Amino acid sequence: MSDRIGLRRTPLYERHLALGARMVEFGGWEMPVQYSGIIDEHRAVREAAGLFDISHMGEVEVRGPDALPFLQHLVTYDVAAIPPGQSNYALMCLPDGGIIDDTFIYNLGDHYLVVVNAANTAKDVAWMHECARNFDVAVTDVSDRTGMLALQGPAAEALLAQVAGADLAALPFHGVARGIVSGIPAIVARTGYTGEDGFELFVAADDVGRLWDALLHVGRDAGLKPCGLGARDSLRFEACLALYGHEITEETNPYEARLGWVVKLEKGDFIGRDALQRIKQEGVQRRLTGFEMVGRGIARSEYEIRDLEGRPIGKVTSGMPSPTLGKNLGMGYVPVALSREGSEFDVVVRDRPVRARAVKMPFYRPRYKK
Amino acid sequence: MAFKTPADLQYTKTHEWIRIEGDEATVGITDYAQDALGDVVYVDLPQVGARFEADGVFGAVESVKAASDLYLPVAGEIIAVNEALVSNPELINKDPYGEGWIVKIRVAPGVGALMSAEAYSAFVDSIKHS
Repeated sequence: MSDRIGLRRTPLYERHLALGARMVEFGGWEMPVQYSGIIDEHRAVREAAGLFDISHMGEVEVRGPDALPFLQHLVTYDVAAIPPGQSNYALMCLPDGGIIDDTFIYNLGDHYLVVVNAANTAKDVAWMHECARNFDVAVTDVSDRTGMLALQGPAAEALLAQVAGADLAALPFHGVARGIVSGIPAIVARTGYTGEDGFELFVAADDVGRLWDALLHVGRDAGLKPCGLGARDSLRFEACLALYGHEITEETNPYEARLGWVVKLEKGDFIGRDALQRIKQEGVQRRLTGFEMVGRGIARSEYEIRDLEGRPIGKVTSGMPSPTLGKNLGMGYVPVALSREGSEFDVVVRDRPVRARAVKMPFYRPRYKK
Repeated sequence: MAFKTPADLQYTKTHEWIRIEGDEATVGITDYAQDALGDVVYVDLPQVGARFEADGVFGAVESVKAASDLYLPVAGEIIAVNEALVSNPELINKDPYGEGWIVKIRVAPGVGALMSAEAYSAFVDSIKHS
């Protein structure tokens, strides 16, 4: 925490400090990692609701007559299958099938909004501009003028209904609509990254402070808590949602990351299609595998995984004590033969091999409203 | 927020405290360290009888978010570990200088450089404000 020079801050920075948040560096941003505590915030989202400042996320608008063909070329998912007022998860891949980034694509009728990871925004926007050359399309990075909040948890719908029209609170799973929230023009989507029902809200950067205050105010008696990146990570981890830089990188492909469902080979040509078709045909060598620690120890990102003969076979991508399940869980890449539920291997914790056993993913079954 | 730094203890730059009494000493992590770590959920304790050099890694404290190595402030042999931390690791958050102690050691001769409470407070201020 010594070098914060050059870090970016969201419009809510002062509010985070006033709420007693501990600030950390994340993807070039100075962000709240926790307020009351990761476990407390995690529980609030599973049992009531949590409010997250995710204004660091990148937002890119795609407009123009070729918006759809351009996105079809750019990502692995079939964007034609996302009707106006809907959204879906999608991957941008390299020609060799490695993952550039994971994104969420929102169809707003007159344009598409593509949400990308904060740390990848500059890379993604450059890539999108490069790929857009032969399309009649305008790709605009609106990250700086956009604030983004996530309202997540079983109480989210009732809380949103107090500050927004019934149509917004009644959005279907992955639905998206423009509307007014607490007097503020907003794009509201029934999406999130916690494994709970909830919403993500996009507003002008200048308005995000007022929206944050309004939501915390209506939630004050309903158990709504401001939540930091620590709980965001532990919540997504239990739901086995991939985190870029951990489960997915340019060196991992969608099939080994168990994201084959996001690759629509039959939709026509797109960047990475040939490689992905070949990978699918030949089958993957390794697979992202969820595991539970059998011995005493907590797996952490980058820890080595060994087979029971002591040979290195892979690495942990994420690991922590699961606040909801009360177990030490992890995810990592292991050879396909060891990825089946019940397979055993060791995770090296501070030079000591600790036994782990492959378990079913996700660890926590998401409770989306569908 | 002001962190507690009892004047009768000595400190390290890696945020351990040590109370030296004759040839024995008690070691834990500081109030600043427990706050920075957040909820402690697991403590990896050494075996009684294990010997470590000064600044040797003798265990780890872990929160939901991260694992942090524990460094022994002086060379010595572990003579007791705080077994209460196995089932109640949060004692480190609640009472870092008391019930949250981590190990007791027999101090090897030749104690290295340690910080006074005053020097440690100034050190914490310097890293908080940089």
